[in-house]
Amino acid sequence: MAGKAKKAKIDRQPMPEQDPKVRARNFEEVPHGYTPETAMTEASRCLQCKKPGCVAGCPVNVDIPGFIKLIEQGDFQGAIRNLWAKNSLPAVCGRVCPQEEQCEGVCIVGKKGNPVAIGNLERFAADYERENGTGELPPQQESTGKKVAVVGAGPSGLTVAGDLIAKGHDVTVFEAFHKAGGVLIYGIPEFRLPKDIVASEVGFMEKQGVKFECNAVVGSIVSLDELFEEGYDAIYIGVGAGLPRFLNIPGENYIGVFSANEYLTRSNLMKAYLFPKYDTPIPIGKNVVVFGAGNVAMDSARTAMRLGADKVRIVYRRSRDEMPARAEELHHAEEEGIEFYLLTNPTRLIGDEKGFLTGMECLKMELGEPDESGRRRPIPIKGSEFQLECDLAVVAVGSGSNPLLTRATPDMDLNQWGYIVTDPKTGKTTKKGVWAGGDIVTGAATVILAMGAGRIAADSIQDYLTLGW
Amino acid sequence: MFKIVKREVYSQGTVIMNQIEAPKIARKAKPGQFVIIKADEEGERIPLTMADLDMEKGTIDIIYQVVGTSTAKFRDMKVGDAYQDIIGPLGQPTHLEKLGKVVCVGGGTGIAVLHPITRGLKEVGNHVIGIIGARSKDILIMEEKMRLASTELHICTDDGSYGHHGFVTEVLKEVLEKEDIKLVVAIGPVPMMKFLTILTKEYDTPTMVSLNPIMVDGTGMCGCCRVSVGGETKFVCVDGPEFDAHKVDFEELMLRLQAYVPQEKESYDAYECGGACRTAQ
Repeated sequence: MAGKAKKAKIDRQPMPEQDPKVRARNFEEVPHGYTPETAMTEASRCLQCKKPGCVAGCPVNVDIPGFIKLIEQGDFQGAIRNLWAKNSLPAVCGRVCPQEEQCEGVCIVGKKGNPVAIGNLERFAADYERENGTGELPPQQESTGKKVAVVGAGPSGLTVAGDLIAKGHDVTVFEAFHKAGGVLIYGIPEFRLPKDIVASEVGFMEKQGVKFECNAVVGSIVSLDELFEEGYDAIYIGVGAGLPRFLNIPGENYIGVFSANEYLTRSNLMKAYLFPKYDTPIPIGKNVVVFGAGNVAMDSARTAMRLGADKVRIVYRRSRDEMPARAEELHHAEEEGIEFYLLTNPTRLIGDEKGFLTGMECLKMELGEPDESGRRRPIPIKGSEFQLECDLAVVAVGSGSNPLLTRATPDMDLNQWGYIVTDPKTGKTTKKGVWAGGDIVTGAATVILAMGAGRIAADSIQDYLTLGW
Repeated sequence: MFKIVKREVYSQGTVIMNQIEAPKIARKAKPGQFVIIKADEEGERIPLTMADLDMEKGTIDIIYQVVGTSTAKFRDMKVGDAYQDIIGPLGQPTHLEKLGKVVCVGGGTGIAVLHPITRGLKEVGNHVIGIIGARSKDILIMEEKMRLASTELHICTDDGSYGHHGFVTEVLKEVLEKEDIKLVVAIGPVPMMKFLTILTKEYDTPTMVSLNPIMVDGTGMCGCCRVSVGGETKFVCVDGPEFDAHKVDFEELMLRLQAYVPQEKESYDAYECGGACRTAQ
């Protein structure tokens, strides 16, 4: 008991970060990461619970007390090997998982103070291995001779690939874009998840034997049935979310109005923030509005600020309590000078004769009774119309399903929104030998939930390939 | 990597054809579909509708006019050089159906896109009247290929240096007056498609256009290529690239094509200067 009481006295080790004023104008990563000493101190705060709630709270069931113990002991190589057993992308998850809702949200240390910084420690272990590791690969089972095709190189597809290559299968990942990583490459900005790290995680999988075929739009260049004919024994579909949603208000096709997907893809995948060194342009909005209040909206707002905006406003029709973004993202955005126009609903976008966006009209809202989502429904206040000037608007209100693959696969069931129907326990679709998971099943969600779906499917594919069901 | 196996130069050096090794795309592509193409690591993803393909050789043809950095980079690539990325086939293929007499109208590099559609329409049994135009004779492309692909071919030049002296719309008007035309396919500069559509509306002749807006991913993910068709927003990359011309908002399309003019100029000037500097060294 005495030992535990002593542990609780150590405060959660703060994450060193770039100064908000400086970082608001550059694309370098915001947090710097723990030093080995800080990591070991933080690791010593873990109570090593016998029945760890954190493990149950993790969608891929990382052995959290186990890897933290190894960090505390200074065995960083052991820690990363422990992580790899359950998570193919620790450097990514340590950065972008909503730990406060998962592992850290149920941490016992957090009941009376701040929870153990599990995400920061996971990131530390992965970064330490990348920078100082031996390059020794995780253990791999003997070749089974079975071939698996993974469609989509995003978080769920990479999880399936990582799990099944370790089980000795021959895995090929097909990616529509010219680079692997999915949302980790096109969506999440450099300052939250450096692209070198994603490339390194992908490179690590290649070293383990996973083959990547980029520029391959499955459904158009090759059908699922043709993949089976080519000798694949199982297929996993993780093609992600698709068609961006717009607000369906007048003026949305003015120049300067972007879906968050487009705005972020230009900046992240195409590196338009380095224009003209890179050829893809991105307009520098001086007066930017972002519609929506999720993580993607925060990423868009913070990107606009870094590109040189004078003013960036988040426009959201509900109140602060309903904002879906992670607390950390909101905090970072506010620190960087992003303003929040809450209970404000855009009704019309205004442009000039050349088709460029110049402003918008909004309506003030108030909160009424809870709606089907359980959140209080925003109700327009009559006569509260007002106009705001803006020269760039980013619509970050989610996305629908992408029809490219599903349209080419008529014998696989979809639901009314065009998402693939699967058995939630296995990830199996209604087409034999085909599994699916991530945003193409659930609609837009988080990286780690997509990885969790990948894990479930990978386990089921393993059963199918070895046991036959 | 996608190697250039053949290169031809037309229109006094301003229009270039590349035949590129892309066996998987060639195996699947159909008339009317496009590819997204990117020259190198720093390159932009741009859409180009395929001008031809050869399944046996495993090649696709693209034809482009040099207008900015990306196409200038393409211009500077020689036989044996390779594009870093080509993604396709994308978009809906042309619906090829026997209708009777149809007209295929092409302007500028649009003729390259029109050619496989013309050939396809003839192959399914249509009487195809081709009408192609350019500013003058020396920049007209693909005359011979279009002559083979069509049942009859009319040529127009703005300056009268070859064929009919005037616009493609004038020849089309004569044809519409004389013949019972079931379908007009028009591919070319947006103003050409816009004015042609006004004309075919008067004759109530179904008209199809292939659009080439600015794109990024080309697979329905970004919405950059959105156009208004019949009052609805459509994504050219997954819903098109072909649309009922009578419903397309060409004014909006023309404006949206101008979105990056200053950046395009900045990038192009930097590239061409860079090229000149390299040559000088």
